[in-house]
Amino acid sequence: MKNELKMTISADIANDAFVRSSVAAFCLPLEPSIDGLEDIKTVVSEAFTNSVIHGYDGDKSKFVEVRVSLEDGKLEIIVKDDGCGIADVEKAIQPFFTTKPEQERSGMGFTLMGTFMDDMQVTSAVGKGTSVVMTKKISEGKDA
Amino acid sequence: MQIKFAEYADATVVRLDGELDEHTAAQVRQAVDMAIDMCRQRVFVFDFSKLSFMDSTGIGMLLGRYKKLRALGIEPKIYSPNRQVDKILQMAGIYSIIKKTS
Repeated sequence: MKNELKMTISADIANDAFVRSSVAAFCLPLEPSIDGLEDIKTVVSEAFTNSVIHGYDGDKSKFVEVRVSLEDGKLEIIVKDDGCGIADVEKAIQPFFTTKPEQERSGMGFTLMGTFMDDMQVTSAVGKGTSVVMTKKISEGKDA
Repeated sequence: MQIKFAEYADATVVRLDGELDEHTAAQVRQAVDMAIDMCRQRVFVFDFSKLSFMDSTGIGMLLGRYKKLRALGIEPKIYSPNRQVDKILQMAGIYSIIKKTS
């Protein structure tokens, strides 16, 4: 059976720890390994931070939508904003690429998301927003 | 995030206790930079033994401090990262410029 979590939360970076911990807690029924849970926390933190810092440029009055679904041992995480969007997604997901080097940003966010999950798709439209869909198989044929 | 400093005969050690993300990074940068400015040692150790979480924000923080330390002729080192932090540091190639110490 499919089990889903949908949350809409203020684009305040102070919410980052709550968002990543909540998603990890929701995934507990799948009994992922400790390493797996840490990977989940990391990718959620990367995506949420991107939406807050880049999508909304720190505007806390906006919202980030986080959706998580568990079905047959398959985890899907969607992090979506209605922010500024990304003009060139191919370029943005390259390791070490950042538009804000003066803020000591590493440009490794998308690389970590892509590496820790089985698949990552970034859909973006300038002026409309960005959506990151990440999937990972957690446990063979095990129902949540 | 709790940040503690210790001066040893041969190194200055900064211990990060908590989670390093975009929200806590500014506090960490400020505190570590202050410690670097006061550092009279040749070695500066980032003690990650109590760091329970770090995302890519930590990579940017380390690269920034690396530049500052090298400019002062101080060698940065990393101590005891947990498995996840270690994995992220490896992936970003941090160990090619900052060595781990025991």
